[in-house]
Amino acid sequence: MDFQEKLVHDLVAKHGTDRESLLPILQGVIDQERYLSEEAILKIAKEMSIPAADVYGTATFYSFLDTDLRGKYVIRVCKTITCAMKGKNQIIQAIENFLKIKVGETTVDKKFTILQTNCLGWCHKAPAMLVNDDVYTELTEESVVDILREYREEN
Amino acid sequence: MSNMVNLTINGIAVSVEEGKTILEAAEKLHIKIPTLCYHKDLCVAGNCRVCVVEQVGNNKLVASCAMPVSEGMEINTNTLKVRNCRKHIIELLLTEHNEECTKCYRNGHCELQELSAEYQITNQDFIDLVPDKNYTVDRISPALEKDDSKCIRCQRCVRTCAEIQSVGAIAVAHKGSEMKISTVFDRALDEVVCTNCGQCIVHCPTGALTEKSYVEKVWDAIADPDTHVVVQTAPAVRIGLGEELGLGAGTRVTGKMVSALRRLGFDSVLDTDFTADLTIMEEGTELLTRLKRALVEDDPDVALPMATSCSPGWVKYIEHKYPEYLPNLSTCKSPQQMFGALAKTYYAKNIGVEPQNIISVSIMPCTAKKYEANRPEMKDSGYKDVDYVLTTRELAVMIRQAGIEFEKLSDENYDSIMGTGSGAGIIFGATGGVMEAALRTAYEIITGREVPFENLEILPVRGLEGVKEASIKIEGTVADWNFLEGVELKCAITNGLENAHRLMDDIKNGERFYHFVEIMACPGGCLGGGGQPYPVDDEVRMKRMEAIYAEDCELPIRKSHENPEIVQIYKDFLEEPLSHKSHKLLHTSYVKREQY
Amino acid sequence: MTTTKKHLHRIDLIFKNEQDCKEILRNALARSNQEVINEMVNSGLKGRGGAGFPTGLKWKLTAEQKDKEKYVICNADEGEPGTFKDREILTRVPHKVLSGMAVCAQIIGSKKGYIYLRGEYRFLVPNLKKELRKFHDILDELGLDFRVEIFMGSGAYICGEESALFESMEGKRGEPRNKPPFPTEIGYMNKPTVINNVETLAHSYTILKYGAKKFRELGVKDSRGSKVFSVSGDTPIPGIYELELGMTVQDFVDDFGDGDTKAVQVGGASGFLVPRKRFGKTTIGYQGKLTGISLPTGGSMMIFNSSRSMYNVLNNYLDFFEEESCGQCTPCRVGCQQLLKGIKAVKRGEKPASYLDHLLKLTDTMKLTAKCGLGQSVANSFSSIVENFREEMIY
Repeated sequence: MDFQEKLVHDLVAKHGTDRESLLPILQGVIDQERYLSEEAILKIAKEMSIPAADVYGTATFYSFLDTDLRGKYVIRVCKTITCAMKGKNQIIQAIENFLKIKVGETTVDKKFTILQTNCLGWCHKAPAMLVNDDVYTELTEESVVDILREYREEN
Repeated sequence: MSNMVNLTINGIAVSVEEGKTILEAAEKLHIKIPTLCYHKDLCVAGNCRVCVVEQVGNNKLVASCAMPVSEGMEINTNTLKVRNCRKHIIELLLTEHNEECTKCYRNGHCELQELSAEYQITNQDFIDLVPDKNYTVDRISPALEKDDSKCIRCQRCVRTCAEIQSVGAIAVAHKGSEMKISTVFDRALDEVVCTNCGQCIVHCPTGALTEKSYVEKVWDAIADPDTHVVVQTAPAVRIGLGEELGLGAGTRVTGKMVSALRRLGFDSVLDTDFTADLTIMEEGTELLTRLKRALVEDDPDVALPMATSCSPGWVKYIEHKYPEYLPNLSTCKSPQQMFGALAKTYYAKNIGVEPQNIISVSIMPCTAKKYEANRPEMKDSGYKDVDYVLTTRELAVMIRQAGIEFEKLSDENYDSIMGTGSGAGIIFGATGGVMEAALRTAYEIITGREVPFENLEILPVRGLEGVKEASIKIEGTVADWNFLEGVELKCAITNGLENAHRLMDDIKNGERFYHFVEIMACPGGCLGGGGQPYPVDDEVRMKRMEAIYAEDCELPIRKSHENPEIVQIYKDFLEEPLSHKSHKLLHTSYVKREQY
Repeated sequence: MTTTKKHLHRIDLIFKNEQDCKEILRNALARSNQEVINEMVNSGLKGRGGAGFPTGLKWKLTAEQKDKEKYVICNADEGEPGTFKDREILTRVPHKVLSGMAVCAQIIGSKKGYIYLRGEYRFLVPNLKKELRKFHDILDELGLDFRVEIFMGSGAYICGEESALFESMEGKRGEPRNKPPFPTEIGYMNKPTVINNVETLAHSYTILKYGAKKFRELGVKDSRGSKVFSVSGDTPIPGIYELELGMTVQDFVDDFGDGDTKAVQVGGASGFLVPRKRFGKTTIGYQGKLTGISLPTGGSMMIFNSSRSMYNVLNNYLDFFEEESCGQCTPCRVGCQQLLKGIKAVKRGEKPASYLDHLLKLTDTMKLTAKCGLGQSVANSFSSIVENFREEMIY
């Protein structure tokens, strides 16, 4: 049993094979692998006896259930109105310059992916971003680089 | 009796059962409300919004397909507000839709086209969204094509694939402007659990899902003077073709069809009914052999129930979903493929044509047959047994292209050899037909008497019901079949893969036991196949079914074993059922496939 | 320039540090279900998610259902742009929300509750779980057979729509259902379900503690009680404020504006834009007009000063809707794309200014025919921005 097989198997054992468990199981795979690969989707479909197309269709509905390759740290910069007003473009520019990739791309070392996302619920502390589940607010071009540098240097 | 609810539609009072929708109430008053995502075969979606109507006292419009009636409701279906909104919705759908109607396979048969004509959408002000969409077309399968640029996202195909067929090859994926109908990771239909049944096609309102057409290939073959083009016609085509050509559901056109095929230029017009009869001989013998092994020899390895293998949609389904039951599947090829294998051997020899010069075409009510003909196993004649498969709809296209006034044609007869079928062969086209045909022959072999049903009509196996059961107690057996004396032969019949799925689960869980099961992938059997005319619902299927049984009734020979051409082929060529030659040409094997 | 700021009355109920869940629950249990329902009905509390359905009535209707299995769901899928109060409530006073859920469960006869928490707020989970453990201990002490679980969303605005939320919890795409039936009859797992916004549940705590009368003293006719507002945009004091319902936008701007307020977006992207000339005539509250227009809101108040382009604002909203529409119904899926492409075409001069009128008619159709509130409410911001700032759309 490879790592992914065990992961899916354990998640299904924990949550059960009822359809209501699908989201927690997909989220569990995301936690470990940051995205849902074709293999992972097929394994989940098989373990839960749900058509693979249906699992894929469900996953692609949710913006946090990525089906494209993602880095270890997924950066999601809020692009909704208040963050847009408070300079999210400059923040993205700073991130792009620092990581040398564009929005939607993943670094070669698969450490970072930059994405934009809809309202994160931090409009009073805009601009805001998520790095995986962690929130960073009132970003500046300097602070965002400091934050990412820490992620980059950590092992 | 359930409670009745009173309401008015356009000022006219109507009373309908509680739980009915506004749309159904309007139907009762013969008020037509346009629909797109609604289909009688499927659960209600309420997502296209074309069927919106005005409800007095409600400041929103309501979707008539999804809104249940309530007492005192006042509905208006044709107000200015309703018309304007509907027109907007049709316009919106058109902006996402590839509007090259003249280049569309379904030009003239498209519900969206019809609706936009009805609402006179002549000047489109909204912005064309198609150029910015990365629409893809999947033409990889030998049976089906999926063109996302024609899709209106009504999800009828998705509901069909899940609800009627329990396959789930396609689903709704992504959201917002990106929302689309997709297989897993947008793979080709050929690379997923799709059974090629084509039910998605007959339920699709537009040209987003279509059969892969081989019309041009067939025209080329006919035009080639060095090729002998032989055509076979499946039982259900003769009761579907007239409908496709505008003669109304349930019109029987066997003689006209034969006549038309000759005029199209086919060198020989033959009948799949012949190999349907042959299937009964082979499959019936296979069943009896299995029963003998089970009952006399106590062989624990014999796989029962034996399941029919005529329906290629069902065959692919079981290969994906119940691979452990592949030994239960009859090894008999479908009538189409038996015909193909014989066309390039028995028939070729008989008429003195080299098999490499024969092009074998079949006209089928089915899209899965296109896939079946392309299976790598299907080359037992030494050549591709069936070269091209056309649907009933494609044959109608050829007839129109040839300028044939179909209705005016006189009736003609099939050629021979391989052109004679019995009534038992013809009822293969309806769910329960294979079972009935098999019983007519098997019972007689075992007992020496006809099946104990008036006029040979085994009524318990007939009808549109999802799962039918029948049992026949075998009494008064002849010497060879003494071991079956007193045995109650248990049979089940299903149509539609969702029903097959239920039946298989029951068998798997040990909740039901049968000796023989007939399974057809499509609702109603082949008469409701993916290659038949659209639109279709149970009312239409019922009319087609009546036509099939009427056809059976009128034939002089109604039992497969009495078909003189069958007697002849065993005498001249095959020797006996399950002979070495039969095994080589008429039987096949199956493959285990990915389950999801 | 010096201005004397008028301040709106700050209410301190929701966030008041009160730790008396056990008493609240015990008192509620001591009363008959009918009494508690009456208290809720009399309070005039309306759903604080934005739609404003009377909470007491919702509880009552669900209580009347005969089913054995019923659910209480706390809707914490706070996704409306400009709204962040539920996060704050769940951070600071989660026990009040849980108490509201437990009382509701008792009344309707439910043993199972869920908090549907948006994926963006996942960082709240460890603390919420700690609170849940404490709360479950209290329930055990009181002998109440009720448990609450957290269900995580995964990034889909539409899941805040109640029937889409059920679909999501059932492991499916979050696509809104046809209504009727309503959740009070057929909700999560096709069982009768009370689904309340986080803030609504927190208010129920206040009502149970201080009584309907005290709650009714706040606010105005048809809009009773206080409301937690999420204030953002061009304001020197962005944040969370609990205020009385019934204030005018002018009062609000005087308090929170930066002195140069051009417009206020009430109710988030799916709400209305109020231009300066209407500040005095527009009140914040539910329908049942006092004077002028009354706007309901889930609490999002976004302030724009004169440096902001209303075209950019609208463009941003439409981008949002075009992505966040579930995509199932035609008017919303295609309508949002047309509106977005349409305003861009007008701005670029590819379509005449009159095309905006064509788009306004389209929003009428969306409002009338879309399957759920998302598609229906895109018209709100579109028409209020285009009608009031037409020049900014064109030039």
